[in-house]
Amino acid sequence: MTGNGIRIEGLRKRYGSGDTAVDALKGVDMHVLPGEVVGLIGPSGSGKSTLLKCLGAVIAPTGGRMILGDEVIYDEGWKVRDLRALRRDRIGFVFQAPYLIPFLDVTDNVALLPMLAGVPNGDARARATELLAALDVQHRSQAMPAQLSGGEQQRVAIARGLVNRPPVILADEPTAPLDSQRAMAVVRILNDMARKYETAIIVVTHDEKIIPTFKRIYHIRDGIAHEESGAGATSGQPGASS
Amino acid sequence: MISLAGRDILQSWGKFVFTGIGLGLLIGVTLVMAGVYRGMVDDGKALLDNSGADLWVVQQDTLGPYAESSSVADDMYRTLLAMPGVAQAANVTYLTMQVGSADRDVRAMVVGIVPGESWGAPGWPPYLVAGRQITRGHYEAVVDLATGFHLGEKLTIRRSHYTVVGLTRRMVSSSGDPMVFVPLKDAQDAQFLKDNDAIWQARRRTGNNPAFNRPDAPGLIGAVNTSQTSSTSVNAVLVRLAPGAFPQDVADSIQRWKRLTVHTRAQMEAILVGKLIATSSKQIGMFLVILAVVSAAIVAFIIYTLTMDKIREIAVLKLIGTRNRTIAAMIMQQALALGVIGFAVGKITATYAAPYFPKYVLLMPQDSVAGLFAVLVICALASVIAIRVALKVDPAEAIGG
Repeated sequence: MTGNGIRIEGLRKRYGSGDTAVDALKGVDMHVLPGEVVGLIGPSGSGKSTLLKCLGAVIAPTGGRMILGDEVIYDEGWKVRDLRALRRDRIGFVFQAPYLIPFLDVTDNVALLPMLAGVPNGDARARATELLAALDVQHRSQAMPAQLSGGEQQRVAIARGLVNRPPVILADEPTAPLDSQRAMAVVRILNDMARKYETAIIVVTHDEKIIPTFKRIYHIRDGIAHEESGAGATSGQPGASS
Repeated sequence: MISLAGRDILQSWGKFVFTGIGLGLLIGVTLVMAGVYRGMVDDGKALLDNSGADLWVVQQDTLGPYAESSSVADDMYRTLLAMPGVAQAANVTYLTMQVGSADRDVRAMVVGIVPGESWGAPGWPPYLVAGRQITRGHYEAVVDLATGFHLGEKLTIRRSHYTVVGLTRRMVSSSGDPMVFVPLKDAQDAQFLKDNDAIWQARRRTGNNPAFNRPDAPGLIGAVNTSQTSSTSVNAVLVRLAPGAFPQDVADSIQRWKRLTVHTRAQMEAILVGKLIATSSKQIGMFLVILAVVSAAIVAFIIYTLTMDKIREIAVLKLIGTRNRTIAAMIMQQALALGVIGFAVGKITATYAAPYFPKYVLLMPQDSVAGLFAVLVICALASVIAIRVALKVDPAEAIGG
């Protein structure tokens, strides 16, 4: 187990000040355990992206607390000095579009992160190859991103998110560009990877097809998150824990 | 760590190569411009070297035969020969004009030299590549290969015809015009002798002048007419010093006693480089500055465009923890690579194009090194705008919403 996954308590984010201030997050509580995949849903403007950016250490919250594994990373201020290293080593990202680096082949797209962290090239590529095999895209390891299908690209993006073994992965609409079959395949992969690598995965989505697959869902509205049990908790969908 | 810049270049090599070729042609023009300036300086030095002189004796208060018109009596060289430190002295004339053959004419500097017995006198072409030196007192010519004339060809200079008896190489004026050597007397006539109609008019005027056409002195009118049509001036006397003589000492002595101006080799070089081609060099300098600015603008635009094309990838790179210096290095390396490609293309272009220019283009290795350094500096500076844009990219842009 990698500590306690990710936990946030009373997370607040205010944009602007004075009369024009907007409270995008009004004290959000959330806890995602290692090996768990939870959904984060809500209408446009509800605060999903702001929450994701705070969780990804891209923007600073205004208040509250964030604990990653056993370490408090934010408590009314950042407790981590190097946010860049935090993002690189301890948070994985999967985006709506795969955003693979177009001039690197599949293996190097995945291996780039450990290389940036100082892992020797050979070890980084070996780690990438192992993940690509786990995600069944090893046969395309020498291909360039433009030569891959949408599903393959998304699997490579997931491999990139996992390659540094982060305790948490933030997935922003990872199935948006995919058809139903491929979307369900991606969800299945996320669940498999969460279990295999004991990673806490938060999936922001609007995709009605995959929402029922989550065991737990955080519904965010007007900057406040409510936890709901997902259909996946009882339906035996891919999101259900085994 | 893999080279992000290298991979990007390999991925979109066509864009880089074609942009590099375009930039290279611009750099090639820049190198040729620098070569033209070097060629002008070298032409000037070749002119001085080939004259074989240590001192140039010219009309008082003039800058010498190449920069200003100068007229010296053609018997002055005899008195110069008697002065201490002077080993050889020879008259010389220079006149830039059109020299015609049967089917064309060429802009050339006609040099009058003392022919015959004065083998190797100052002013003579120091070597020939074909034929022989001038041996007769009239109507023979030695020409530079750049004139395009060949041995045995008939040339026309003013009213006289000449036969090409020798060919030489790299004998040019300071402005790059090839030289045509002819006997001194012929050159004096070409420069100072009037045409028949002008002589006739002059004789008529002299005949109508009672001061010259005096009944009590019947020989006077003939003597005056003869003096009017004879050429007794040269442009300069070239002096070669005796071993051990100091140029400035001999020059001072001649200036003091003969009331002439004397230039040493160093002074002539300063006149040629500092005065004769100064305006041209400033002009070329202005072109070089403009070309450098245009090159910088092109590189900046290309690198900026390439960076803007990758803005989303840069946001992703920043989000996943790539250091700013890694991103900046990627952009700068691409700019430098573009500069290296451009310089290679430019150097090759300049090297192969230089011989086809009508003027001598001298490509110096140190200019190429300086050019490469300047290109790399320009490319590095040009990439600064793109780097600033890239570093301002918010990693949050990679996350939707």
